[in-house]
Amino acid sequence: MPLLFALQGFLASIGRTVIALCASVGALTQFTAMAVSHVIRPPWYPGEFGRQLLKIGYFSLPVVGMTALFTGGALALQIYAGGSRFNAESVVPSIVAIGMVRELGPVLGGLMVAGRVSASVAAEIATMRVTEQIDALSTLSTNPYKYLVAPRVLAATLAMPVLALIGDVIGIMGGFLVGVGRLNFNAGAYLNNTSQFLTAGDVLSGLVKAAVFGFIIALMGCYHGYNSGRGAQGVGRATTNAVVSASILILACNYILTEALFST
Amino acid sequence: MTAMIDLKGVAKAFGPKHVLRDITLSVPRGQSMVIIGGSGTGKSVTLKCVLGLVTPDAGEIRIDGAPLTGKTRQGFISRFGMLFQGGALFDSLTVWENVSFRFRHGPGRLSRTDARDRAVDKLRRVGLSADVADQFPAELSGGMQKRVGLARAIAHDPEIIFFDEPTTGLDPIMAGVINELVRELVTEMGATAMTITHDMTSVRAIADRVAMIHEGKVRWEGSVTEMDASGDAYVDQFIHGRATGPIAAIR
Repeated sequence: MPLLFALQGFLASIGRTVIALCASVGALTQFTAMAVSHVIRPPWYPGEFGRQLLKIGYFSLPVVGMTALFTGGALALQIYAGGSRFNAESVVPSIVAIGMVRELGPVLGGLMVAGRVSASVAAEIATMRVTEQIDALSTLSTNPYKYLVAPRVLAATLAMPVLALIGDVIGIMGGFLVGVGRLNFNAGAYLNNTSQFLTAGDVLSGLVKAAVFGFIIALMGCYHGYNSGRGAQGVGRATTNAVVSASILILACNYILTEALFST
Repeated sequence: MTAMIDLKGVAKAFGPKHVLRDITLSVPRGQSMVIIGGSGTGKSVTLKCVLGLVTPDAGEIRIDGAPLTGKTRQGFISRFGMLFQGGALFDSLTVWENVSFRFRHGPGRLSRTDARDRAVDKLRRVGLSADVADQFPAELSGGMQKRVGLARAIAHDPEIIFFDEPTTGLDPIMAGVINELVRELVTEMGATAMTITHDMTSVRAIADRVAMIHEGKVRWEGSVTEMDASGDAYVDQFIHGRATGPIAAIR
């Protein structure tokens, strides 16, 4: 009999988890649909959009730039070390470029921006929830989705590709500096090799990825902030959940997008 | 006299917790109704139902004779003003941008100069000088924040004003000032007011009528002058703040 109860309890806990998971997926889907519908339907708040573009895009430049610079440099060292095992050191420029543009630029940039932006968006909106500022928006005839969520989602979706593009250039430059300074590549030959092998498709696919990651970053920040629990603990949990879920979704979507864009 | 706000059998549950069971309440036009009751008895939820921030599970709410539904809510909201307990000022905006929020974001937007002028006018009305207009809410004291919240609530001359614990967290003198302001504004604007509070001084200062909510139902309702002789043990215990009586001290 006790075994039966234990089994029942075990199955019930699985059931509860599945139901909670379904509820979360449903709530997130509904939130996403609301966010997108308010991005495309007027009225818009251009002032708020501009402010977010500055906060999410412009102020993320140093983080993305630094990440790209050091990653490009490290990549050059690694590829040189790996390539030298079968006399293929000359592939360094092209692999650094392709690696940065297709994969590392958008993914690492995305993860860094997720840490910076998802956290700040979630904390800000969660604090607004806790201090009744979101209710206040509603009583002032302003839809919180339109005023808070839509500008952030749109700004992040548009800013991330630009950030990724700048990151690509800086990353390739990082590889170039290490290649020329440490690995004795000829500067002209390095740049020539880079431009010869890099295609517009490589760059474009990276930018598509970056746009999707930008959307995820802002959406996760807004979703967790909007649905935050009460008090300081609620704000803290919302912030953590936003960063963790944005990072995992970025990595998962990166795989799916890579499959979709490159598996021919 | 026609009722401006009319609630009939309003009920709301959050999961297994039935916060509102059967709220039936009527606020006549131009009157100030104060809702009293202990913490967690459903006062705030009642207010949020009328504001349309919470959708009731059952019952009907009518504003000026017309039913409040998801579709009609937006129309009513422009006739409402609300003072939140903590002020709920937007901390990324300056004081004047908070007060003039509606004029800067709604349909029929005003220019920055006009909106600022209106905000300064309203700030003066609540006893604040023009130099606070460019400060941020975080730079103000609690009492000043409350006044800014009040200025924002009355900025567009609403027909119905809601006050959520207007004096909580203020010193007695500042509480007195806010009470006086609330009373003056309601009388001067001819607005209908609905206030929730624990503060009995506040009740006596601003109420025409009082309703006591207990366990999700209206326990007693009457004019403020009848309150002391209500003959209801629950009301007596609450207004005199006694630890013993029919209302359990530990909820």
